[in-house]
Amino acid sequence: MSYIYEDYDVVVVGAGHAGCEAALACARLSLNTICFTVSMDSIALMPCNPNIGGSSKGHLVREIDALGGEMGKNIDKTYIQSKMLNQSKGPAVHSLRAQADKQDYSREMRLTLENTPNLTLKQAEIVEILIEDNRITGVKTYSGAIYPCKAVILTTGTYLNARCVYGDVSNYTGPNGLSSAKFLTDSLKNLGIEMYRFKTGTPARIDKRSIDFSKMEEQLGDENIVPFSFTNKQEDIKKEQVSCWLTYTNETTHEIIRANINRSPLYSGDIKGTGPRYCPSIEDKVVRFSDKERHQVFIEPEGNYTNEMYVGGMSSSLPEDVQYNMYRSVAGLENAKIVRNAYAIEYDCINPNQLKATLEFKNIHGLYSAGQFNGSSGYEEAAAQGLIAGINASLSILNKDPIVLNRSEAYIGVLIDDLVTKENHEPYRMMTSRAEYRLILRQDNADLRLTKIGYQAGLIDQKRYDNLILKEKQIEEEIIRLENTNIGATKEVQKLLESLDSTLLKTGTTLAELVKRPELDYYLIAPIDNKRPELSEEVIEQVNINIKYDGYIKRQLKQAEHFKKLENKIIPEDIDYENIQSLRLEAKQKLARIRPLSIGQASRISGVSPADISVLLVYMEQLKRG
Amino acid sequence: MRTETIAAVATAMSNAGISIVRISGSEAIDIISKIFKPKNKDKDIKKANSHTIHYGYIIDGSITIDEVLVLIMKGPNSYTREDIVEIDCHGGVTVTKRILETVLKYGARAAEPGEFTKRAFLNGRIDLSQAEAVIDIINSKNEYALNNAMNQLKGNILTKVKDIRENILHDIAYIEAALDDPEHISLEYFSEELLIHINDNQKELRRLLDSADNGRILKEGIKTVILGKPNAGKSSLLNILVGDERAIVTDIAGTTRDTLEESININGISLNIVDTAGIRDTEDVVEKIGVDKAKSFANFADLIIYVVDGSTTLDKNDREIIEMIKDKKAIILLNKTDLDIITREEDLRKYLTQPIVLISAKENKGIDILENLLKDMFFNGEISFNDEVYITNIRHKEALKESINSLEQVEKSIEDNMPEDFYSIDLMNAYEELGHIIGESVEDDLVNKIFHEFCMGK
Repeated sequence: MSYIYEDYDVVVVGAGHAGCEAALACARLSLNTICFTVSMDSIALMPCNPNIGGSSKGHLVREIDALGGEMGKNIDKTYIQSKMLNQSKGPAVHSLRAQADKQDYSREMRLTLENTPNLTLKQAEIVEILIEDNRITGVKTYSGAIYPCKAVILTTGTYLNARCVYGDVSNYTGPNGLSSAKFLTDSLKNLGIEMYRFKTGTPARIDKRSIDFSKMEEQLGDENIVPFSFTNKQEDIKKEQVSCWLTYTNETTHEIIRANINRSPLYSGDIKGTGPRYCPSIEDKVVRFSDKERHQVFIEPEGNYTNEMYVGGMSSSLPEDVQYNMYRSVAGLENAKIVRNAYAIEYDCINPNQLKATLEFKNIHGLYSAGQFNGSSGYEEAAAQGLIAGINASLSILNKDPIVLNRSEAYIGVLIDDLVTKENHEPYRMMTSRAEYRLILRQDNADLRLTKIGYQAGLIDQKRYDNLILKEKQIEEEIIRLENTNIGATKEVQKLLESLDSTLLKTGTTLAELVKRPELDYYLIAPIDNKRPELSEEVIEQVNINIKYDGYIKRQLKQAEHFKKLENKIIPEDIDYENIQSLRLEAKQKLARIRPLSIGQASRISGVSPADISVLLVYMEQLKRG
Repeated sequence: MRTETIAAVATAMSNAGISIVRISGSEAIDIISKIFKPKNKDKDIKKANSHTIHYGYIIDGSITIDEVLVLIMKGPNSYTREDIVEIDCHGGVTVTKRILETVLKYGARAAEPGEFTKRAFLNGRIDLSQAEAVIDIINSKNEYALNNAMNQLKGNILTKVKDIRENILHDIAYIEAALDDPEHISLEYFSEELLIHINDNQKELRRLLDSADNGRILKEGIKTVILGKPNAGKSSLLNILVGDERAIVTDIAGTTRDTLEESININGISLNIVDTAGIRDTEDVVEKIGVDKAKSFANFADLIIYVVDGSTTLDKNDREIIEMIKDKKAIILLNKTDLDIITREEDLRKYLTQPIVLISAKENKGIDILENLLKDMFFNGEISFNDEVYITNIRHKEALKESINSLEQVEKSIEDNMPEDFYSIDLMNAYEELGHIIGESVEDDLVNKIFHEFCMGK
């Protein structure tokens, strides 16, 4: 029997990383929000790797924080090791990664949700999405309770019709044996939503006491910690860190895998879902890269209050007995006790081309979605989408303009644009090479790029905003000061340059010119800069980067300007591509399917040529004048 | 980086009269100020009023290219509503090309097919009723350019550009894989290796640029196709045209050998005879290459020479050809005047309006009339080569130069000890530029390459 239970503004379905951000954003924007989860014990669960961040994913977390999201703050509270990757490379690819205490992470996030006003948590499975005239009216639970609402955000992660598989063992459950959601897919299909089936996997967890760490290389955290959240300083979060460990597979490991490859459900054809290429199972690595003698294996703690260790690099769906032999062939794991088996998981997700860049479904007003449900992978990708879906669902209810970040503004913009525009046949992972303007999309300037937008949306408070404006001003003034401070070839200057292996001055120059030299920087020229003002480390970092890489940054800014021109050419929503006779058939079909927001987005659809874009521009001009 | 200031030759590419090179965009006046030396040394072209004409020389550094008139038209009172500069020069294909290339060298980019018209329309200069025409121009020019570029860019050039692109992509993928997974893939010592690759690639690109300079990437000239039924006398005609002083310009080995095209120079006019090999191997061209292929040749030809066997009646082959060439630029040769004529000029007149020349290939009669006719048609502008071939060639050269510059920039970054992620910015630029030549955009090449070649992730 079904009945009306309670009204809400927003219903969030799922409380993983996407669901948490979405629910928090809505509640913080004063909307009456309810977040459903199949298990109250799995809020912000990390069912796979025990870390947050990493190359380009770290950027996403910084951006989430800059916009007023929660992930950065939560990992700052619960990290057990922190590292800035790529420190020897350029500032654009510096990337933060922290090991999390998984249980702490989950508990802290749950606490935050529980204590946020306007936010209700509820354990229940949603089985039906209710719509009328292509507009959301509510959701229905398994028990028949109907929750009328204005917007629904689907963040079901890997739970829809989930199936966990290793060898010939197969369970219809979500991750970690949690119950899956078995009915929602049908409801979505009835609404005409196109579904995909994807696959991912996780390695075994091993008892710490059974590992011989003396055979492994210790991996320490950084001494200087950079917090994920712009609201934290190093001293706020500094703590004792734990180590990770590095070991390798060997020929014996590969032999075991090869001998049993026919027993892998991936190769027998039992698993039909598409897996991610960036995160292959160990059997995939051995088969596809057969010339590699060894693969890295990272042993990472799952938390401070458990002996479970995560075996990074060896996810698998091989049978239990093969797993046992395979893991034990690795140096240091000879006596390993497996606490949890490795498994592959298959799940339903959507073709994200059905979404607008706001993450609202094109055909159903008020229905939004985010995270793995949209065909992405990773906690950070999920959280980023969850935040944007939450913001836009709220802004729509509040009758305000949505927030769409473009590719020159944020990795989040790249992520969402790729999802909604390009054809995607595997779980999508953020990568730094996907960002065209990465010199301006650095992790260090995420606040300068996005905090104003977060403020406009209503997720950033006045104090944080004022601090940002002050920071901006200080950076600008200091750059101007350096550009206008002339220095001559004095003895003192030459001495410093000589000591730093830098070419001596023949004529006068500016401090900025010296900072630009490859072998020098802002810090090194301090002795000859006697009028230097007192500035925070964050401001100095921006000054240094902006001056040092000035040429490249200006070039990318110029490219970004050009790019934005096309993004700002908005295609009318009701355009009928069938009517544009001169468009080629393929372009017509693709454009009609994706319905791009702008000329810029249209130009990124594969199969739409520059000539098609010209035709489209002329047609739009005709309409305008028509 | 490419600018938004565009340039093209606004007049037909021919050896007659005056040619105009047109520049449009915010940098147009800046560019002309760098390459124009006014006769009156006190004149500053940057300060010239709108709608004024200036007399002087186009120069590239210390080299004077041509004596010209320069017209300045400032936006919005111009065809595109942007700043426009027009350079009126002394015609001639070579000089016009030199001037266009100089304009590009100093900061403009070659206009896309139909781009001036497109801008004029989008900026409100052209009447709404002409919108369809604008689209047609864009489509037809683009189709022509695409077909020609791909048809003519066969063989070694295509393979070479693809190879270099592939090499560059591999290096980018390596860097990117290392940035994405720094604990797995190390960039230590990579820059030494990269320098070697860059040098090799630059050498190859310079070689390609040289062949482009010699017009060997795309054939320039009047694309001509000779049609006729079996035994009509196509081979004999070709042999006569090629014979004597008029030698076949054999292609340099390894550049365009397999484009099946040969150039013949008649009175200084280049004819590119398409599928010469096919025509010479067998009399029966329509049958051999198939009617469809013949049709497509006829479609893209600037000129069709239709050889009719006057000693026989018009048959099915003839009727197909007549149907095919009805509305095309063509010259009809009524051959075998040495024999008893069965098909007469007036028989052909019923179907065709193009000029008819009576010849005897066997006795070498009437060929001088054909040559004079060609000359007249060319200088009257009745036949001209589609400018897109020239423009495409220039675009290719531009792309080659840009990619060489980008690789130089990588070298400089390596010398300056810049971090590796900066290398991939310029490498990607080179990759994109080379893509323009073979008509490929970037899309997901890089991500695919990374996954394909490197074992990524945990």
